Amino acid sequence: MKPDDMQLQLIDDVDRRLIQATQGGLPLVPRPYHRLAEQMDLSAVEVMTRLQRMLTSGIIRRIGVVPNHYALGYRVNGMTVWDVPDAQIDELGQQVGALEFVSHCYRRRRYPPKWPYNLFAMVHGQTTAQVEAQIQIIAQVLGHYNCGHQVLYSTRILKKTGLRI
Amino acid sequence: MNTKSMAMLTSINGSDHSQLNSLQKSLLNDFQKDLPLSPTPYADIAMQLGVTEAEVLETLQELQKHQIIGRVGPVFQPHRIGTSTLAAMIVPKERLQSVADYLSSLPEINHNYEREHHINLWFVITATSEAHLQAVLNEIAQNTGIKVMSLPILENYHLDFSFDLKWRNE
Repeated sequence: MKPDDMQLQLIDDVDRRLIQATQGGLPLVPRPYHRLAEQMDLSAVEVMTRLQRMLTSGIIRRIGVVPNHYALGYRVNGMTVWDVPDAQIDELGQQVGALEFVSHCYRRRRYPPKWPYNLFAMVHGQTTAQVEAQIQIIAQVLGHYNCGHQVLYSTRILKKTGLRI
Repeated sequence: MNTKSMAMLTSINGSDHSQLNSLQKSLLNDFQKDLPLSPTPYADIAMQLGVTEAEVLETLQELQKHQIIGRVGPVFQPHRIGTSTLAAMIVPKERLQSVADYLSSLPEINHNYEREHHINLWFVITATSEAHLQAVLNEIAQNTGIKVMSLPILENYHLDFSFDLKWRNE
């Protein structure tokens, strides 16, 4: 779905407050939705119903444990960027996005002439060698449609939080 | 052995991954989505795993305390509420820390990475509207005197948002 279509998904002020109240995580107490409901002056049923509705409509993509991959040993984070023909990008993007080691895969706007890359895939590994092996696999998937690529390794995480609105 | 299981053998905050017990591994790998939307989600998980609610809560609190999990809660889809973009700048080395600190102080910035490239600072801006996003981009360019490259998402090709930690067969 294109971002323009997504803008049609409407949320109201209560949803917005609920997003703000939950984006840092749910309380780790036996009845977390009741706790939220008390804080927001809503009923627990309304909190659960609204979360379910946002999950169904795709505003929330999942609710669960969010592991810290860096702490779990995935220290090397490579942003791989590829220049592929616009005519093939949807098909190729879906193939790359389906690879198990790819955590995010997007088509992004090109920024010519200096930045011709339109396909972005984030890969993670314990060592640079592991990540390089993953990049070889992506290169094989793209084959001769790969008109150029780069890998940008992160040297420092300067800030990382959940979505803020 | 694949890369993910190899990664599991390395240390987490000084302790060995093999020291993670089966409840910790199960909570980390199998509950990245579908946390029950019921009055007592942690008790529901405990029931599935054959442990007590208190054990589930204590384990999650412990994992969070050691920053092995960031949080338990909803993960929002970018672009469904408001809008966002990936932005990048070429920042002279001697200014990198101050520019990074300035960016990190902005509430609209939620990821900020230094990367090994001549385009060295990469960050995600989220905003309530296109106009708001443009205002933030302009403000950054004006306050730093550095051009900002903006690369918004045109399509998302990744649909499964959990990340298999490959512990099930251990």
